[in-house]
Amino acid sequence: MTKRLDLPDVVWRRVSPKYVIVDLTSAAVVTIALVAAACIPVFVSHFTALWAIPAVVLVIMILVLAFIPRRVRAIGYQLRDDDLLFRRGLLFQRFVSVPYGRMQLVDVTRGPVSRILGLSDLHFVTAAASSGVMIPGLLAGDAEELRDHLVSLAETRRAGL
Amino acid sequence: MTSDPQAAGAVNEDAPQGDPIDDLLPTGAVLATRLADGEWHRLHPATPLLRGGIVIIALASYFISQARQQLIDFVLGDPHAHDDSDPITLLTNHGRLIPVLLGIALVLILIVVGFYFSWRVHSFRITDEVVEVRSGLIRRSYRKGRLDRIQGINIVRPFFARLFGAARLEIDVAGHDANVRLDYLSSSNADGLRRDILRLASGTREREAEQARVADPRGFVEQRVAEFIAPELDPSAAPAESVVRVHIGRLIGSILLHDTTFTLIVLIVAAAIASAALGRGFVAIALVPFVLGLGSFLLRRFTKSLRYSIAATPDGVRVGFGLLTLSNETLPPGRIHSVQVRQPILWRFPGWWEVKVNRASKSNAKGADAQRNTTILPVGNLEDVLRVLALLLPSLGAEATDALRSGIVGTGDASGFTNSPRRARLFRPLSRQRNGFASLPGAILLREGAVWRRLTVVPEARVQSVAITQGPAYRVFGLARVHVHTVVGPVRAELGAVDRDVAIQFFDRVSLEVVEAVRSDPSHRWRADGKPA
Repeated sequence: MTKRLDLPDVVWRRVSPKYVIVDLTSAAVVTIALVAAACIPVFVSHFTALWAIPAVVLVIMILVLAFIPRRVRAIGYQLRDDDLLFRRGLLFQRFVSVPYGRMQLVDVTRGPVSRILGLSDLHFVTAAASSGVMIPGLLAGDAEELRDHLVSLAETRRAGL
Repeated sequence: MTSDPQAAGAVNEDAPQGDPIDDLLPTGAVLATRLADGEWHRLHPATPLLRGGIVIIALASYFISQARQQLIDFVLGDPHAHDDSDPITLLTNHGRLIPVLLGIALVLILIVVGFYFSWRVHSFRITDEVVEVRSGLIRRSYRKGRLDRIQGINIVRPFFARLFGAARLEIDVAGHDANVRLDYLSSSNADGLRRDILRLASGTREREAEQARVADPRGFVEQRVAEFIAPELDPSAAPAESVVRVHIGRLIGSILLHDTTFTLIVLIVAAAIASAALGRGFVAIALVPFVLGLGSFLLRRFTKSLRYSIAATPDGVRVGFGLLTLSNETLPPGRIHSVQVRQPILWRFPGWWEVKVNRASKSNAKGADAQRNTTILPVGNLEDVLRVLALLLPSLGAEATDALRSGIVGTGDASGFTNSPRRARLFRPLSRQRNGFASLPGAILLREGAVWRRLTVVPEARVQSVAITQGPAYRVFGLARVHVHTVVGPVRAELGAVDRDVAIQFFDRVSLEVVEAVRSDPSHRWRADGKPA
């Protein structure tokens, strides 16, 4: 018996595999910054045993980087009849369902790396801050198409708060 | 004057008497006041004074305290007053008192003129659809709120404003600090206008004709006194008695037994022991800011909760409290996004509870007001709580009482609750029998805690999204956490240590039910279908 969370009847739409590169880039930047920060105690104290701190940080971050392709593959979404389903996370799994009528605004953004790869992120914003639906790594054309589709769906199911 | 098209309209605070006002009204209905007729109106003439009142009082008291010694010397004829540090003595000695006094007078005149013009340009308009306020002499500002997005209407009467018979009307529109404030109106207008706005917002098209308001035969002073004393501005507008009475003894007791007080006492005792052990007083001194902070929190809680009342009106729940500053808020139906009943640990012995809600509007960021906005019942026993819940969630009906009662004090799977499985006892060693959820028609109940007991109720029509999550520890035990997202507030509707399969079923079922509830929810125009709420 599997103990992982799963919704058996849902066929998930996955994000572009190219998003792995975006995620790897940002994680690499974070890794460099963290390792650099972890080195500070060594240079301040000249106590060689403190090299353990950056070493541990580096090992953790390499593990994080190694799991990024699988984490990207774990992101999925599906447009059901009346709600948007979204899942992400490998170690910490999260499934969200948002009725289209709850949409307050939908936002398409692109970071610098995403722009080079022709990807966009789509934010689906509700009145609840904790809904947190952000579909990353959509092809730019798909993202705009999805945005317009979501807006028209929300229009037909308009609701108050 | 006539060049300004808005100023040419009925901009007086009270429109001229005897107009055929019914013809002016957008829907041809009779309203309680003449302020909601779609024309621009001005506010109470004392508005600038009341808004800037604190500053003026502070300045005046500063000057009086400065001049006090002079006055005493002058009256007693003390010849030895030669304190050069005192500004007035200094000025008198240099013969510059008269020019300085003239300068002060000029500044005062300028302030008064500025106040007058700022009052002239500050006006509001209420139509069928929106409420608009524009103000500002140099920096113009314009605010507009849609009536169907009203989350609550609040009448606040600060002590100072009460002396002038004025009240502030705050119209909460969904959003962070998205209020439209009408400060100040005369007290009688404020209450009438609230009824009018609620009536316009409710979508009632066929409004029953209101009987003409009887002119108040009392004189000015008697009317002021009556208004000052009256807890409700308009007694006829509050036909329903408060369903809960909070006795002052219970209020004091609830504050003494509150978790914050408990923390405060623990801190003080710890500090005393630490000081005694170390033989130094500095540990106690380090605690002073904490003690002051917690103490002022408790004091504010006390004054804000005095004279509490809650009653049902046709246009929603009316909650009032305050001793010096009276606040009286009407929440239209369907404006409450989640409700939590909870019990601080020491309240268990007297059996008291408090009720908090999440609302879509954040009135303003003032700390003192935060309690008013989210605490619906500061303290009450189980019966009080059930009465308040019946008011807040009228759609649940009487048959929900059992489930609610079981949610507040019960354990086990009675009344339809689904509890955590046995293997969750590592995560919920004491509260496994309480930790569970139940579904009522139109609402989700989440029950938690054996020591700090909590019940969260979320109306399905107000749910923004549903989520389930699972971390590595929960995965080992086949558990999951369910989340019901509502607008931001003190209530977080989530429940951990739920069986994995049950959580998935919950997710599937609730996401469908929410869509259905949203579709059939009428509350943005709550009386549009013609039947009284």
